[in-house]
Amino acid sequence: MSWNDLINVLPELYLTGSICVLLLFDAFAGARYRNAMHWLSMLVLIVTALLVVAAQRVGPATAFSGMYINDALAGLLKLFSILAVALVFVFASPYLRMRKLAAGEFHTLALFALLGIMMLVSAGNLVMIYLGLEMLTLSSYALVALDRDSPRATEAAMKYFVLGAMASGLLLYGMSMIYGATGTLSLAGIGATLPMSPHYMLAVFGVVFVLAGIAFKFGAAPFHMWLPDVYEGSPTAVTLFVASAPKLAAVGMALRLLDLGLHPLFPYWQDMLAVLAVASLAIGSLVAIVQSNLKRMLAYSTIGHMGYLLIGLCAGTSFGAAASVFYAIAYVLMSTAAFGVILALARTGFEADQIEDLRGLNQRSPWLAGLMALAMFSLAGVPPLFGFWAKLLVLQAAIQANLLWLAIVGAVAAIISLFYYLRVVKVMYFDSPAEDRTLIATSDASLRWVLSLNALALLALGVFQGPLLDWCLRGITG
Amino acid sequence: MTHWPFLSLLIWVPIAGAVPVLLAGDRRPQLARWLALLAALLTLAVNLAMLSGFDYHSATMQFVESKPWIPMLHVHYALGVDGIAMALILLTTITTVLVIIGAWQAINSRVHQYMAAMLVLSGFMTGVFAATDALLFYVFFEAQLIPMFLIIGVWGGPRRVYAALKFFLYTFLGSIFMLLGLIYLYLKSGTFDMAAWQALPLGMNAQTWLFFAFLLAFAVKIPMVPVHTWLPDAHVEAPTGGSVVLAAVMLKIGAYGLIRFALPVTPDAAQHYAWLVVALSLIAVIYIGYVALVQEDMKKLVAYSSIAHMGFVTLGLFIVFMLIRAHDGDAAQLGLQGAMVQMISHGFVSGALFTSIGVMYDRLHTRLIKDYGGLARVMPWFAVFMVFFAMANTGLPGTSGFVGEFMVILASFAASPWLALLAAFTLVIGAGYTLWLVKRVVWGTPASSKVEAMPDINAREALVLAAFAAFTLLIGIWPEPLVKLLDPAVNQLVQTLGHSKL
Repeated sequence: MSWNDLINVLPELYLTGSICVLLLFDAFAGARYRNAMHWLSMLVLIVTALLVVAAQRVGPATAFSGMYINDALAGLLKLFSILAVALVFVFASPYLRMRKLAAGEFHTLALFALLGIMMLVSAGNLVMIYLGLEMLTLSSYALVALDRDSPRATEAAMKYFVLGAMASGLLLYGMSMIYGATGTLSLAGIGATLPMSPHYMLAVFGVVFVLAGIAFKFGAAPFHMWLPDVYEGSPTAVTLFVASAPKLAAVGMALRLLDLGLHPLFPYWQDMLAVLAVASLAIGSLVAIVQSNLKRMLAYSTIGHMGYLLIGLCAGTSFGAAASVFYAIAYVLMSTAAFGVILALARTGFEADQIEDLRGLNQRSPWLAGLMALAMFSLAGVPPLFGFWAKLLVLQAAIQANLLWLAIVGAVAAIISLFYYLRVVKVMYFDSPAEDRTLIATSDASLRWVLSLNALALLALGVFQGPLLDWCLRGITG
Repeated sequence: MTHWPFLSLLIWVPIAGAVPVLLAGDRRPQLARWLALLAALLTLAVNLAMLSGFDYHSATMQFVESKPWIPMLHVHYALGVDGIAMALILLTTITTVLVIIGAWQAINSRVHQYMAAMLVLSGFMTGVFAATDALLFYVFFEAQLIPMFLIIGVWGGPRRVYAALKFFLYTFLGSIFMLLGLIYLYLKSGTFDMAAWQALPLGMNAQTWLFFAFLLAFAVKIPMVPVHTWLPDAHVEAPTGGSVVLAAVMLKIGAYGLIRFALPVTPDAAQHYAWLVVALSLIAVIYIGYVALVQEDMKKLVAYSSIAHMGFVTLGLFIVFMLIRAHDGDAAQLGLQGAMVQMISHGFVSGALFTSIGVMYDRLHTRLIKDYGGLARVMPWFAVFMVFFAMANTGLPGTSGFVGEFMVILASFAASPWLALLAAFTLVIGAGYTLWLVKRVVWGTPASSKVEAMPDINAREALVLAAFAAFTLLIGIWPEPLVKLLDPAVNQLVQTLGHSKL
């Protein structure tokens, strides 16, 4: 262990220390300082982000003999994960307060999950991947069960836990086979020894299990069963978290495993990913149509979006990888905006999580309706919004890699999914508000402002997407 | 050459103008109306100023602007117009002003949002015509769906939700495959510059796929048989202003797309499949004409008549290939010229007809033909305009409707007298459904006491209708300025189409 190693992991070290302090603070400070937890957590996020920036090197750096990679991709994914968690904290705070869920656990668990994400996207070794993944998912299980008196949330958490544990098992099994085939746990080492390995087929077999683990993390069909239940059952504040930063972790994990470690097996995992992508696109676009619960609909929409993201990975080129990272960032910002609007409308005893609940929103609160419409058109991929460019890039990557058929599947799925996004816009704009329900937008100023910025960013990034795309490409090519 | 960024102004003045209109809020509708009118008039003024600096003898793009937009993908914010685009942009800016004046009293709820949507729509449509970068074109092409979707869905008739969704889904269905085509062309050429694509050599196989991707996207927009079914729904349910913009400008975007993409980028595939498009055009002209005859809803009738008239446009565009094959360059040029004039003329005539129907609907709140009758007695001034526009719709000499149709029929005759005969059917059927409409609505005795109580048009409505009538007459009697504007660009297009890419 050298001084240099410590510098590279400084953001994670700082975050770990801060979480412990926050944990103690929450335990001993008493209810009067509950609100301080929020601001302290935000402060921790800001400092962590600054440290991530400070820890960036010109070229890729490794620490602890290759266990830990600190490169541009890790920096990019970490910064956006921190941003996503910050958005979650701002959007969730009024909701948690109203529902008396505002205990410090939410913040500490989310920060622990963030720590897992940061370890995952920096992993240079199978053990690190597993460690990061478990840290992220275990925190997520607990978060989903945060509202412990709600039977739905408990059910969702149980389901998530059982399926998640199985997926972890599969992943671990796959890793052990790859280890058996190559004799090393280091991803770079695996990439180097695989082509010469006498146990090549064993590694191919391992890839199947590793991919299953990755697909579970993404929520890609047919490993998507947990996703709609978790989205619907969790308190919306937690759904918002589950739908945002972990997707960045998933893309980071996939890139580390597939691009760095298992690239020699590209022809094998390309076909498997293509199957996953097509299944996700089909399930995501078709099943979402019949949902009446907005959170559940967004869950299926997520499955569809993961299908697009996988198209980018399928291409196997650095452009495709950059397109996937871009897609993940776009998806995260779109889903925080959409769930943010739900949170801005939710009150005590009213979740605003049915599509019908948004009826006539344009007449009650035109600004919120406008923000939601931006999020929906962006999710649907209508130019000039952010979501369109994400779709454009993955489709381009597919065509470039001679996967025209996959691009066509993506295009067809875009048409089908357009329908249910338009339905939300229709409900908000074309229907008149229900008499018996009053839609009241939140009065929480920070939620209103940050949500507005979030949704308008979808438009702004749709017009000025160049720098972000540049950043994603640099993240991949180094 | 340094000049004002006229095209950027044309796109962004209305869009920026939508912001104060929105801020005027629901409580100050009058302020919103005036602000919207101001923005639209400003845009028109910019456009007229631009026209005075337009070089009528040049076929190259003018008022060119180009800035790198997404350097990674070589996408440029590139604008430029030739005569064809210029004529359509003029149509857009004029229509926007008239539509805003027309909606002065007809729209009463959420006026600020309606006006803002119209202005944004106008900016996006201008963007479609002005873009010389394919991806920029696509962005504007899709983006304009959003305001139109809201206009139909929020201010439309009883089945507005169905119509709005159908409109959006149909157009999106067509265009997403075009996007794949655009990506393919980009990967092949390394640029999104539309002019560069015209020179890009392409094999027949690639051309065929691309041609059908383009054809699907733009056939939906025009609309051509058999993907036309969204149009009657959209027209019937849209508010008057929406119908006018839809008929006057949005349908032209489809034909414009064919002119910019399908014809010059894939000339050999277009040549090879010209028979298909010509056949579909003739079906539109004849069969849809008969369909229009039996309509009981006035807006539906005019909507079907629009499809038939747009059939003439596609006929003019694709008859060119038969003429080029026969080495008849003059007739080919005439066909293209006719298609363009027909587009502009149809813009004014159909816009005027929808406005007229809107005037009646505002008074009686029904669009059914049988509820009217004898309007000539109760609304003599209105009857004058209505009959005039009906005549223009049938293609009476002296009105703009005649010029385009005549040119296309002449060109078809050069290709084959039989084609000309079929195309000329429109004169009979068109006269049939239009005059029968006039007979039932304008002549005769008032259908009910309510009709008798209908007040004649006021000054505002008269202004809008008179403006439409003036343009219709102007093009009918003196088409020369328009033809001069179009001539160099049309000439060059015929030259391009004559060169095989194989």
